Amino acid sequence: MISYILRRTFAAVILLLVVTAVTFAIFFLLPRLAGQTADQLAQQYIGKSPSAADIAAVKRNLGLDDPLYLQYWHFIKGIVTGATYDLGPTTTQCNAPCFGYSFKTHVEVWPQLTSRLPVTVSLAAGAAVMWLVSGVAIGVISALKPGSFFDRSFMGVALAGVSLPMFFTGNLALLLFTYQWPIFGRTYVPFAENPAQWANTLFPAWCSLALLYSAIYARLTRSGMLETMNEDFIRTARAKGLRERKVVVRHGLRAALTPIITVFGMDLGLLLGGALITETVFSLHGVGEYAVQGIKDNDLPPILGVTLLAALFVVIANLLVDLLYAAADPRVRL
Amino acid sequence: MTELTPLSATGAAVGEPSPSNAPSAFLEVRDLKVHFPTDDGLVKSVDGLSFQLEKGKTLSIVGESGSGKSVTSLAIMGLHRLGARGKNVQMSGEIWLDGKELVGADPDEVRKLRGREMAMIFQDPLSAMHPYYTIGNQIVEAYRVHHDVSKKVARARAIEMLDRVGIPEPGKRVDGYPHEFSGGMRQRAMIAMALVNNPELLIADEPTTALDVTVQAQILDLIRDLQKEFGSAVVLITHDLGVVAEIADEVLVMYGGRCVERGPVDEIFEQPQHPYTWGLLGSMPRIDRETSDRLIPVKGQPPSLINVPSGCAFHPRCPYADIPKGDVTRTVRPELQQVAGGHFSACHLSPEDRTRIWTEEIAPKL
Repeated sequence: MISYILRRTFAAVILLLVVTAVTFAIFFLLPRLAGQTADQLAQQYIGKSPSAADIAAVKRNLGLDDPLYLQYWHFIKGIVTGATYDLGPTTTQCNAPCFGYSFKTHVEVWPQLTSRLPVTVSLAAGAAVMWLVSGVAIGVISALKPGSFFDRSFMGVALAGVSLPMFFTGNLALLLFTYQWPIFGRTYVPFAENPAQWANTLFPAWCSLALLYSAIYARLTRSGMLETMNEDFIRTARAKGLRERKVVVRHGLRAALTPIITVFGMDLGLLLGGALITETVFSLHGVGEYAVQGIKDNDLPPILGVTLLAALFVVIANLLVDLLYAAADPRVRL
Repeated sequence: MTELTPLSATGAAVGEPSPSNAPSAFLEVRDLKVHFPTDDGLVKSVDGLSFQLEKGKTLSIVGESGSGKSVTSLAIMGLHRLGARGKNVQMSGEIWLDGKELVGADPDEVRKLRGREMAMIFQDPLSAMHPYYTIGNQIVEAYRVHHDVSKKVARARAIEMLDRVGIPEPGKRVDGYPHEFSGGMRQRAMIAMALVNNPELLIADEPTTALDVTVQAQILDLIRDLQKEFGSAVVLITHDLGVVAEIADEVLVMYGGRCVERGPVDEIFEQPQHPYTWGLLGSMPRIDRETSDRLIPVKGQPPSLINVPSGCAFHPRCPYADIPKGDVTRTVRPELQQVAGGHFSACHLSPEDRTRIWTEEIAPKL
């Protein structure tokens, strides 16, 4: 078990290195192959009609003249040990984990990520609870009476839920419940400050996100339950004289839930790396919105920072899911 | 349907009881029909089955796959309506257990009987046990459904039962998961689970089919010993006549959802009165048979339960279908008739023909 976790952690570190290398390469290598020079890149961060001296200064400050492998090395080194930037007259110390400074706004990336993470976590966690509970409940009820009116109508809603994009449902929810009838707040309030206000503002975002996911989870649960309820051990449970509710929950759902937990862990990990569209639609200044800004500004450090953070969450979620699976299913050995 | 004269497991036929009368037998099934409507038509899995069984006796129901054996056992347990096709199943007839009628009974009343008065052992103990719970956990659950006791007491009871069915180190094995048990040990645990409430009726649905041959005999011995100890009535479903010879007091041969022959086990093996029974006996391997002799399979396919063959359901596969005069085997369904004390057969062949064919053609080859 311990050696399994160690092996997985080692593999995760390798994976994260690969992720950074690929992101790095996409940002620097591809434009360069297409003919972009370091001068042109530096020019982007200065604004209109820069002097040659300005460009040279930016290039030196950001290390754009260094060979790519060296730039990559500096980046990785900064994450582990921190970095010191020589800005001509002054030097700046960037503490580990140092993801560097935004090329555009010159604000350090890591504090940005940590200050935005609570917003993303609030969004993801609230939505996750909603979609897991509603999706599983709907799936179970549908599976117990397949073909019934309830089953058909909810599977129809589920289909709509999967098909409707966030920029439609999200904006619709905003329009109706925040602007037309201002039931919900407009600006995010941290949980620690005012939990009620926090939930009130996030509620439309949670619902929109949960609609998307609970549709998938309802379908997953339904098919899992339909399969499980035909298993021999369900017949055994009934033959014992158990009440049907216990048969369904303790024997059926218990078995059907395991694969759902797996998908849930992965989805949650992905979401913690930033829900780009949802955060943008609901003006939540989370990690995803930061990435969107970075992409708009062609600003590498924020993009790399968010990518790495997202990859880290997925890797951790993956590991947790495997450990959970082993705990849930005694037949699985790590 | 009036053809069936109920039969006690002791072999004595009793008169046709009126439906309102609770029977004297411990388990009595009267004219049981279990039909499943499907898109292709009505599947008549069981179509008019009757039998009786006393406590301490073993009735063996034999027949090939799809003859209605398992459907019958699930009907007695009241498990059909709970299944996936539950809302569609059509059941009629009567099932009396210890003076209680089960067919039209309140589902919750039947549920309370399940596991306490009647219990079931299934064919494949690996798939029949929940993979995520320990053996002990599952036995404890079975016990606590019907006994208001603490987990600790129930656990002690589970260990006692595991010990009783011959599982070594029961105090340790009680915390094992089904996949950690061998096939034979798993079936023993399954039996322990079924018997934990001292049920008076035990239904074993092919309990040895999924097991190693060397383990089969042990499990049968165990069932027989436990039956003696607990005095329960046992319904043993099987397609293995070797198992029947080993353990049964009474045999009921099913074909196409109906009983074609039934009687005391010695009669069935020594004086079988139905061509299908002959076929089953002919296809059973025997250690005392010349190795050069081949097994004699029953030719043809099991009948469709949607379009059951007219007349005698077995006539398309019966080598003697042309012996009775006229079209009778193809047009008239044979009724069960008593051929000897407690021995019934549903066949158009005259008793003389049957005796002649059995003694001259079939018996010498077995």
